[in-house]
Amino acid sequence: MTSQVSSTAEQADGAVVGEQRTAAGAKDVRRLDRVIIRFAGDSGDGMQLTGDRFTSETASFGNDLSTLPNFPAEIRAPAGTLPGVSSFQLHFADHDILTPGDAPNVLVAMNPAALKANLGDLPRGAEIIVNTDEFTKRAMQKVGYDSSPLEDGSLDGYSLHPVPLTTLTVEALGEFDLTRKEAERSKNMFALGLLSWMYHRPTEGTERFLRSKFAKKPEIAAANIAAYRAGWNFGETTEDFAVSYEVAPAAKAFPPGVYRNISGNLALSYGLIAASRQADLPLYLGSYPITPASDILHELSRHKNFGVRTFQAEDEIAGIGAALGAAFGGSLAVTTTSGPGVALKSETIGLAVSLELPLLIVDIQRGGPSTGLPTKTEQADLLQAMYGRNGEAPVPVVAPRTPADCFDAALEAARIALAYRTPVFLLSDGYLANGSEPWRVPDLQELPDLTVRFAQGPNHALDDGTEVFWPYKRDPRTLARPWAIPGTPGLEHRIGGIEKQDGTGNISYDPANHDFMVRTRQAKIDGIDVPDVEVDDPDGARTLVLGWGSTYGPITAAVRRIRKEGGRIAQAHLRHLNPFPRNLGTVLERYGKVVVPEMNLGQLATLIRAKYLVDARSHNQVNGMPFKAEQLAAALKEAIDD
Amino acid sequence: MTDANALLQLVPKAEGRQSMKDFKSDQEVRWCPGCGDYAVLAAVQGFMPQLGLAKENIVFVSGIGCSSRFPYYLNTYGMHSIHGRAPAIATGLATSRRDLSVWVVTGDGDALSIGGNHLIHALRRNVNLKILLFNNRIYGLTKGQYSPTSEVGKITKSTPMGSLDAPFNPVSLAIGAEASFVARTVDSDRKHLTEVLRQAADHPGTALVEIYQNCNIFNDGAFEVLKDRQQAEEAVIRLEHGQPIRFGADGSKGVVRDPATGDLRVVAVTAENEADVLVHDAHAASPTTAFALSRLADPNTLHNTPIGVFRSVGRPVYDTLMADQLDTAVEQRGKGDLAALLAGGDTWTVVG
Repeated sequence: MTSQVSSTAEQADGAVVGEQRTAAGAKDVRRLDRVIIRFAGDSGDGMQLTGDRFTSETASFGNDLSTLPNFPAEIRAPAGTLPGVSSFQLHFADHDILTPGDAPNVLVAMNPAALKANLGDLPRGAEIIVNTDEFTKRAMQKVGYDSSPLEDGSLDGYSLHPVPLTTLTVEALGEFDLTRKEAERSKNMFALGLLSWMYHRPTEGTERFLRSKFAKKPEIAAANIAAYRAGWNFGETTEDFAVSYEVAPAAKAFPPGVYRNISGNLALSYGLIAASRQADLPLYLGSYPITPASDILHELSRHKNFGVRTFQAEDEIAGIGAALGAAFGGSLAVTTTSGPGVALKSETIGLAVSLELPLLIVDIQRGGPSTGLPTKTEQADLLQAMYGRNGEAPVPVVAPRTPADCFDAALEAARIALAYRTPVFLLSDGYLANGSEPWRVPDLQELPDLTVRFAQGPNHALDDGTEVFWPYKRDPRTLARPWAIPGTPGLEHRIGGIEKQDGTGNISYDPANHDFMVRTRQAKIDGIDVPDVEVDDPDGARTLVLGWGSTYGPITAAVRRIRKEGGRIAQAHLRHLNPFPRNLGTVLERYGKVVVPEMNLGQLATLIRAKYLVDARSHNQVNGMPFKAEQLAAALKEAIDD
Repeated sequence: MTDANALLQLVPKAEGRQSMKDFKSDQEVRWCPGCGDYAVLAAVQGFMPQLGLAKENIVFVSGIGCSSRFPYYLNTYGMHSIHGRAPAIATGLATSRRDLSVWVVTGDGDALSIGGNHLIHALRRNVNLKILLFNNRIYGLTKGQYSPTSEVGKITKSTPMGSLDAPFNPVSLAIGAEASFVARTVDSDRKHLTEVLRQAADHPGTALVEIYQNCNIFNDGAFEVLKDRQQAEEAVIRLEHGQPIRFGADGSKGVVRDPATGDLRVVAVTAENEADVLVHDAHAASPTTAFALSRLADPNTLHNTPIGVFRSVGRPVYDTLMADQLDTAVEQRGKGDLAALLAGGDTWTVVG
């Protein structure tokens, strides 16, 4: 047994690997400060479920954690092939961490393809648990292994645990009335049991989960639990696993409170429901299924008892159309999609800009262009969100930075939409959507007040003293127009996509009026009240790293590394991409160098350069995966030294 | 029609008497002089007081095209949206606000070309919308290109050698899309138009009303054969529920079922075949006969064109079903408790 040394430490915040030996019965227990585990198998092997369960166990144990699910777009790619490999990486620690980790300490490979596809990411010395049953000649040849990597010495640099997972699972389920094929399906639970033993994870949650998941098939529930326990017991009894590990709860990393684990899409869904409650408006989602946004549609559909209406439309255009119709009627209206869907919705977003109605457009960005990489992450829709419409059609843009932050970002997007009567983009991405982390459950009293007042009566007096309602007479502070919903007597009015006269809202083709309205719509968005951007700069650095969205974790981890090594770097992260925080220009002026890492070819950098005339440098990665902290630190260091 | 009443009950009634004037907005009507749209607007403004709903609870949603300017001229709530999308927008409004009477105004290009998808899906869902499809068989606002209802061979600016594509028959299309109410009427026949509007308004679910409308600039006289008194007698088949389907001078022609094919055809009515003349049943569960009726007209000459209500059947209404699910969810799980939702099942506590 080799030890799991955190040689890939993503963070450099002081905690050193503690390797204390404690005698616990016959087996050694070693203490680690953090571990990165990757489960990998065929897309039908249940790796996402296994990862989710291990994550839940880890969350309830109290570690800080961050996850990275990674799966192919095909539901069941050909079995045993490299494109069919699905994986789930989990980083957990006894302290505050920011990313799913660069390189796994432990790989669970359910077949040769999973080994081959993931081996390159492993540092030497990492532990590899393989399911030897799947290492048949044919399966190995399928992925190009001429000889068995388990025997030819090519894995000598790693700590290899060959385990016949399938056979052991089938044997453990001998007493159940299951076919071999059915029994084999529980092999992921066997693996989960083994890993749960290795890392002292609590087991009650998983057993409870299995009982409830298979409530209608008690036999299957019992078989899965039996496989899970067998995996645990196997770890405890077999000599191959001589050591187990403890990763203490991350007590100091968290402020006091009640915590749960949450993924970005779930947090975003909850944020929308919370916004609906805080605004005291019914929530209406018009949506069309698209990866990786569909989970929000699924989640919101489960909460009809909150008065949530979900409408699965015939296409993306109808999804946003229905949402806009509901907004006209006084709902908190939302449409959820990904990049290709945004392209289809563009015309309706323009209409919403013209109608000046509140509407949330949630874009869970994925790799593009076109269909691109549906299950991979990217930040390349920023300019589409900013400019992807005909005419001058400014739309505010808000971006969450971590999975849990999707909750707050959804509330913030709703605040802007409701207060300023405008469509708002909420730009999440595939990494945030599927990744998860601990979240301090907020008290309801902490949530912002989003109440809105619908127009109730006339708002304008004509020269002759007649009181009338003008749908485009604006609030002088926010420039928002009144929201007068159908059913309100006396405020009957017509709105539309044709240019309208300031104030009355009547159709107007007058040149001066159009010029005025274009500038007014822009001024409304420019004038949105957003908090200043905060700069983290303890050492008086000359270089600023500026990010937005999901790069927060990797950037912060990279910044910690640099500072740990004595380097000086300042960090700022944008939640508001339109309008930018008021102080952003002054912040940028303070630094000789500004580096902007993005998972695109420099879209924020382009905006920054255009608006502030700053020589912002891009650092880009568009491979469908989040930045790795180590690589990012190297790139930032280079910029500092340059 | 108890169902109809049940849904209409959700919309507040007007207090006091309404007049046509109440439904006229202060906006100048800007259609071409002589346009059929004027007649339809007048008919709708005249019908609304009969409907007797609070006008603040009436919403007209339109797409793009000449007819889609309609909402601007009605003093109700209204939205002039974007090309083809009115049914989608109206669906969001109707499903979230059952206290509203939601009407869609659209044209043949708007509803059947760019918005074809939304139209068929609104119909299959049976959302509580009243869709007025103004069919003038031409693109007017873009100045005279052929439309998806234009006859084959139509010479227009975009088809100088004649159009190549076969037209849609909107009534056939709607019946094929599972519509629960389908009718056809003509802009110039105020009485007939009003009666069809009344039945449509009464119908719970999506009602599609095709209105043959004359574009006197780009397709003048397209429906003349149905309007000219002498020709109309021979060309128009007036459908009335429960009545034998007869037309022509003194009802000399009738519609019978061909026993060999099951299809419908027009025959000269004689003493021998009089008993075979089909009695119109708009409430028939099967759409087969309504569809066959929609195929009687010759798309080129418009001879044998039925007008009236082809089909009017009760079917669960999407908005009602959606509202019922919300009620059921509350019954089963109680009103949503946000604190409980956010906490979920698996939490741990960090003590300071």
